[in-house]
Amino acid sequence: MKIYVRDGVIVSKEDAAEVIDTEGLVALPGLVDLHTHLREPGREDAETVVTGSRAAALGGYTAVCAMANTSPVADTAGVVEQVYRLGQEAGLVDVQPIGAVTQGLGGEQLAELGAMADSAAKVRIFSDDGQCVHDPRLMRRALEYVKAFDGVIAQHAEEPRLTQGAQMHEGKVSERLGLAGWPAVAEESIIARDVLLAAHVGARVHICHVSTAGSVEIIRQAKARGIRVTAEVTPHHLLLTHELAGSYDPVYKVNPPLRTSRDVEALREGLRDGTIDAVATDHAPHAVEDKECEWAYARPGMLGLETALSIVLDVFGEDWELIAERMSVSPARIAGLAQHGRPLNEGEPANFTLIDSTARWTVEPQGLASLSRNTPYAGMKLPGRVVHTYLRGVPTIRDGKVVK
Amino acid sequence: MRHLLSAGDLDANAATEILDIAAEMAAVSGREIKKLPTLRGRTVVNLFYEDSTRTRISFEAAAKRLSADVINFSAKGSSVAKGESLKDTAWTLQAMGADAVVIRHPASGAPHRLAHWVDGSVLNAGDGTHEHPTQALLDAYTIRQRMGKIDGLRVSIVGDVLHSRVARSNLLLLPTLGAKVTLVGPPTLVPPSLGETSYDLDEVLPESDVVMMLRVQRERMNDSYFPSAREYSRRYGLDGARLRCMPEHAIVMHPGPMNRGMEITPEVADSPRSTIVEQVTNGVSVRMACLYLLLGGKS
Repeated sequence: MKIYVRDGVIVSKEDAAEVIDTEGLVALPGLVDLHTHLREPGREDAETVVTGSRAAALGGYTAVCAMANTSPVADTAGVVEQVYRLGQEAGLVDVQPIGAVTQGLGGEQLAELGAMADSAAKVRIFSDDGQCVHDPRLMRRALEYVKAFDGVIAQHAEEPRLTQGAQMHEGKVSERLGLAGWPAVAEESIIARDVLLAAHVGARVHICHVSTAGSVEIIRQAKARGIRVTAEVTPHHLLLTHELAGSYDPVYKVNPPLRTSRDVEALREGLRDGTIDAVATDHAPHAVEDKECEWAYARPGMLGLETALSIVLDVFGEDWELIAERMSVSPARIAGLAQHGRPLNEGEPANFTLIDSTARWTVEPQGLASLSRNTPYAGMKLPGRVVHTYLRGVPTIRDGKVVK
Repeated sequence: MRHLLSAGDLDANAATEILDIAAEMAAVSGREIKKLPTLRGRTVVNLFYEDSTRTRISFEAAAKRLSADVINFSAKGSSVAKGESLKDTAWTLQAMGADAVVIRHPASGAPHRLAHWVDGSVLNAGDGTHEHPTQALLDAYTIRQRMGKIDGLRVSIVGDVLHSRVARSNLLLLPTLGAKVTLVGPPTLVPPSLGETSYDLDEVLPESDVVMMLRVQRERMNDSYFPSAREYSRRYGLDGARLRCMPEHAIVMHPGPMNRGMEITPEVADSPRSTIVEQVTNGVSVRMACLYLLLGGKS
């Protein structure tokens, strides 16, 4: 099979300026990540827009949504435009900034959401990720307000009063390890509230990194009632469980925390049946000193961009239709990225990735393109490798290597 | 045995060996000259990130009675207070040639992390709300000394199990040695998965051979674990009337420091049934045994 490209668009054989041979490879629309931490501005020692873009392209991504919890926070048109331009300059993936819901992620005063929407970055997703918008009145207003520009609030669902000091999933492992518990109900109670709020004001709400069986059930019921809710799940919540905390190695510390095998099963089922719309990495690079320490003092988060596709392949097998839908089509639709998640047909933008599904590779932290090393998959042998990635007809990855 | 991180690392044989050696060490402590040359030339560092005068002094006395050189490294007024990481501190101790590091730390699992970064032995002297294995060993030693055995005894652990490293280590060690443990306290302070549980102290007392009272911090009531100190002591405090409901042979233990009038009344704490002072004495012998096995004795 061959893909023909001219001027960034897929064309017919006759019009081709470039011919891309896909023999022996699986062609997918370029993957889209709804949830990436690029750490720039502020923590350029952990990741930059350039290094994060490289990691993304190597993972088969052509677009990533950059979370707002930078320093300064992406809560003004100025900051989101800066991140957007850094993404353009890097030129490896489309970096779509997410704007903060509240000033400084403080949870008290709305940020200038309209200004960010009208900026060059054209922000459509707003999130205080890392912080839950826990004040119900503020959440209601935010949901209502962004309707004016077809925005969506992406909620980090965590009732803060139920998770004070929380270190890991509350259950038999936390009780044994003496680590303060992060109960499932702290996530589920916020999701239940927010789907009701979204229904009340006729808005759309997106739930970040769903992690519990109960959350899947609440979202399933909300969708059945016609409420406009979408949801994402991370690769790590589809594979890893709370027992890993037993080593006290903070590489397994993440928020929301790794949960039980029962939750993992429910998340897989939710992703299969469409209750959960998308796989999102929550790629969270951290400097070595923020992970090589006591569990309680470590920052939560894991790398994800370079391993996401392989983990999903490992969990679901070669269900390419499911993978394309949940890792490209749905996230592009949720983020409003019209140029991404499109079928590989004539006339469509040439954003795609080509995968060797037979390849297996061993995750070596030192070999990752990310500036950070906090992958929970070190030493694991995983299926599937990205061979080439194209962004608007230009290769960003060629033969498994970053082009620039 | 290279480290002592968890009471769960010990099987019945290993635990019994420690208790037997502790008994020999106790004989030394009874002599006029309380010193053995066993660990001469070895260096033991007490790395204390939390104030704990009694545990630190107990380890210090144990190491000194074995003739080890002891360095006390307190987190206050040190490089730690200036923000040095545990890993860098570990390297510093390593460079100074520490043969054993006794660590007390407010974060659960800190000794497990430290064990990756030093070549010497790591002794967990209490980590966060996780474990305190030498406390469980000295409790087991005290039970054996008073009751003549551990196997088959019914032990009730009463109080703030949720935040107690003493409870977690005893929950691992005592069943290994054949005791049956029941956890007692308000549902807010007893995690459901740890073991057999009762919320009714009066129901449990007549069936207990050993009653181990845990320290309950008054501040817990500010976080709604219980309504007031008064209500807590009424429902879960051990007073004279309750003591008289226990079998005549039953003993009362407390790891200290006590909140007199909160979880235990002075009448009970000072009664002949209480082992509180013996526990402190036995702590030194048990810690001598642990240091001996880790540093000087058999593998």
